[in-house]
Amino acid sequence: MIEIKDLHKSYKMGNNSLHVLKGINFSVEEGELVAIMGSSGSGKSTLLNILGMLDVLDEGSYTLDGVPIKNLNETKAANYRNKFLGFVFQSFNLINYKSAMENVALPLYYQKVGRKERQEKALKYLGQVGLKEWSNHLPSELSGGQKQRVAIARAMAAEPKVLLADEPTGALDSATSYEVMDLIQKINDAGNTILIVTHEPDIADMCKRIVHLKDGVIVEDKKITQVRASQYV
Amino acid sequence: MFSRDNWKEILQTIQKNKLRTFLSGFTVALGILIFVVLFGMGNGLVNTFNEFFGDDATNVLYVFPGKTTVPYKGYKSNRVIEFDNSDLEDINKNLGMFVAYTTPRISRGGLVKYKAKSNNYTTRAVGPAHQYAEKTIMMKGRFINEEDIKNKTKYVVIGRMVENDLFGNENSLGEYIDVAGSAFKVIGVFQDDGGDNEERLIYMPYTTRQLIEKNTDKIDQMIVAFKPEIGYAGAMALDRSLDRFFKEKKYISPDDQNGVFIRNVADQLKQNQQFARVLQIIVAFVAFGTIIAGIIGISNIMVFVVKERTKELGIRKALGATPKSVIGSILLESVFITTISGFLGMVLGVFILNSLGEKLKDYFITNPYIDISMAISATVVLIFFGAIAGYIPAKRAAGIKPIEALRDE
Repeated sequence: MIEIKDLHKSYKMGNNSLHVLKGINFSVEEGELVAIMGSSGSGKSTLLNILGMLDVLDEGSYTLDGVPIKNLNETKAANYRNKFLGFVFQSFNLINYKSAMENVALPLYYQKVGRKERQEKALKYLGQVGLKEWSNHLPSELSGGQKQRVAIARAMAAEPKVLLADEPTGALDSATSYEVMDLIQKINDAGNTILIVTHEPDIADMCKRIVHLKDGVIVEDKKITQVRASQYV
Repeated sequence: MFSRDNWKEILQTIQKNKLRTFLSGFTVALGILIFVVLFGMGNGLVNTFNEFFGDDATNVLYVFPGKTTVPYKGYKSNRVIEFDNSDLEDINKNLGMFVAYTTPRISRGGLVKYKAKSNNYTTRAVGPAHQYAEKTIMMKGRFINEEDIKNKTKYVVIGRMVENDLFGNENSLGEYIDVAGSAFKVIGVFQDDGGDNEERLIYMPYTTRQLIEKNTDKIDQMIVAFKPEIGYAGAMALDRSLDRFFKEKKYISPDDQNGVFIRNVADQLKQNQQFARVLQIIVAFVAFGTIIAGIIGISNIMVFVVKERTKELGIRKALGATPKSVIGSILLESVFITTISGFLGMVLGVFILNSLGEKLKDYFITNPYIDISMAISATVVLIFFGAIAGYIPAKRAAGIKPIEALRDE
């Protein structure tokens, strides 16, 4: 599903350049649930941003679902993001003046799906995250965990190939974190490919594979036995 | 870009961000409103100036006799100058090629009676050409003609208000009225755009007046109309010629400013028109300044709006919004708001101007108005620059990497 070969990325900081990613080779199969771990500055967020086409690579190649991702202009990147990727952020990033349902329907709007179908799909995915009866509420009327579930529903609504989550539990307490992880595990059980950036070991343990990044290189890449979040909920 | 979905999205954004909508809408509406009102007032000012002269002919010189202040050719100063019929004939003889017509005017006050009703009116003893000098409009009957002058008939032409006062609803034509002790037959009724006072006048042949006053040939003042084709410069030349002519004929020193007075309507009109035009330019300048202030205001708001929405735009981009759709929605939103509020401001401004009408006449503003095409183009200009002002920050926002926009707090 994801194929990365010899990926390099550096940032220019005034006169010196900061080499953040120093030759990453990495691939993800369909249906995997991967945790990308590492301390701050290890390059994990940069890797996720490149995977999410929010940032561009300097060297190397990136293939997503058989499509080489290169020479992207903004419009192309936007279309690919819309078609291939779903995002979940630490700070939820819901649009505060739109109801839960409208937030979930937004990626479908950019896919030019008709209004009726948008609403039906949005309600379906809200139902999957257990928030059907909250569909007309504004984000300000929801708890942190509920907001993140809306964000996950929004990411799923576009039916992406890969779900990218940047510290999805970073702003939540542990009980709520496990609820969200339970949801993510269920989505993964349904066959969806998910990548999670996290620095919390207990969250990483709930994935099926852990990739450790340190100083811009992968130091460890192992498959693990998944800890089910449902036992904590 | 103009699908129903887009509009729903934009209308929702507008609805959910009321303060923002209000601020930008208010700026535009106020800008247009002030522009329309100011511009209309400028036009009202010009109207007032035109109205001062509108009811009289403008190709006319009024010649008044004065009193000398300088001794000259053996005459002492303080001599009262008088005009008589020969002066009129001399003008026609010597300056005939410039002159369209001349008429004397002898004004007297007097009690006028009809049956039981009476009132004081000013009577003007004039020649037939006076009708053109004052732009007197005949409602019924006729004005004084050459036959009346020759025969010194006891005919009068009365103003609409005189008829109204003395006759009520009765017909005055052919009736006899008593003017300062002698009976005159009413041969005509006139109206005048100069207002009620101009319609409380009574005209009679100047020869009749002279006959009443012991068969004198004196006249109070003369009205000399020049041929329009001699133009402004010709009028000024005629003005000087008349001055020279009368100073010579009446033995007035060339340096004496008070022997003869000439009021040159063309000159006054030109000066007043220039004054009005300068005022109008100043008002227009202020009005355009308002438009520019409006443009700057809407630009500021658009910069603020885009800044405020940076994060939201980042989210939208992460969800698959293309730069085009980001720019499009910001622009459409701004054009939508500016169009509606610009139109509202314009309509309100025009409404205010219309309802003002004559109310500001005391301040020299009559019937303020604005060309609807001028109002519309000002609105369009503001909308256009509002769109440009929105486009620049929108383009920048669309260019920001979503990851940076998302970090924006």
